[in-house]
Amino acid sequence: MMEAQDARASMSEAQHGRAPGDRPTVTEEGESSGFLLCTIGLLLAVILTATSFWVANTTLLWTPGIALGLGVLAIAQMGVHLVFFLHVTTGPDNTNNVLALAFGVLIVLLVVAGSLWIMNDLNANMTLPANQMNMHMQY
Amino acid sequence: MSIGVEINALPPEALPIPSEAGPASKRIVVAYGFWIFILSDIVMFSALFAAYAVLVHATAGGATGVQLFNQGSVAIETACLLASSYTCGLMTLSVRSRNYAGIYLAALVTFVLGAAFLGLELREFAGMIARGATPQSSAFLSAFFTLVGCHGLHVTVGLGWLVVMMAQVSIKYITPAVERRLLCFAIFWHALDIIWVCLFTFVYLIGVRP
Repeated sequence: MMEAQDARASMSEAQHGRAPGDRPTVTEEGESSGFLLCTIGLLLAVILTATSFWVANTTLLWTPGIALGLGVLAIAQMGVHLVFFLHVTTGPDNTNNVLALAFGVLIVLLVVAGSLWIMNDLNANMTLPANQMNMHMQY
Repeated sequence: MSIGVEINALPPEALPIPSEAGPASKRIVVAYGFWIFILSDIVMFSALFAAYAVLVHATAGGATGVQLFNQGSVAIETACLLASSYTCGLMTLSVRSRNYAGIYLAALVTFVLGAAFLGLELREFAGMIARGATPQSSAFLSAFFTLVGCHGLHVTVGLGWLVVMMAQVSIKYITPAVERRLLCFAIFWHALDIIWVCLFTFVYLIGVRP
C-alpha cells in the first residue's frame, strides 16, 4: 500500500516536478535524511540569527557597513529556510516552484525599491524650505 | 529495495514525456497553487514593508523605534518562531511515516511555541500602547502596527488552522486530503518564519540604528 503510493509519487515527480514543501525523492533512508536536513537547517538558521543580533549590538565593526551586513544575513537565512525547510532547490523537479518564486521576488523588489525611490524623489523635489520640509515629513 | 531509487535508475525514455503523461497528481497541483498564494501574500507584505520604510522617520514628535523596541523580547520571539518552524518540519516527517504519536507531539510543541511568540508580541504591543505609543499617534506607529500586526494575525490564523488539522487527523486519520492540507499548513508556517526574518532584521535591528 505504502510502496504503491510512493511509487506513484515518484512517477509523478519524474514527470511533473515536486510539490513545494515535499521532501526530495523517496528513498529507504528517507526518514533519517529528512530529519538530518531539517536539523542542519535549524542549526544554520540559529547561527545566522545569533550573528545578526551580535552584529547589531557590537561596537567592533565598521558602523556604516552594519546595515548592509544585516541585510545580507537576512537574505542568507531566507535561503536556508527555503532550501532546508521548504525543500525548494535548483533540481529539475523543482523548476515550476523556483520560477514562481523568482517572479514573486521580482515583484517584491519592484514594490519595495520603486516605493522608496519615488518617495525619496518626491521629497527631494518638494520646493519647501528645509525646516518646513521636516514639519511636513513629521506628520 | 527502494522504489524511488528504481524509478530514478530508469532511463528517461522509459517514462512517458510530460505532454503525454496526463495531469499532475492532485498533491502537486494543490501544493503548487498554495505556493502561488504564499508568494502573493509575500508581495502584500512587501507593500507593508515599503510603507514602513517610507514612514519610519515620520514620528510626529513622538516616540521613535529606538525608545520603543526591546531587543531581548524580540530575540526570544525569534527563537520561539524558529523552533516552531523546526518542529513543524518534524511534523511533516511524522505525517510521511504515519507516526501518529510523533504528529501530535510535534503539533503540540509547534502550537505552544507559536502561542508563546504571539503572547510575547501582544505583551510588547500592550506595553507600547500603555506608554502612549498607539497606532493613531504617528504615521510611523500606524505603519509599525500594520506591518507587525499583520504578521501576528497570520500566526493567529496559523494556530487556529493547526488545531483544526489535529482535529481532522484524530477523526479522519491521514487520508490523502488531510495529508494535502497538512502539507499546505507546513508551507504556510515556514513562510511566516521567512517573513519574520525580514521583520526582525529590517524593523528591529536595522530600523533602530541612528
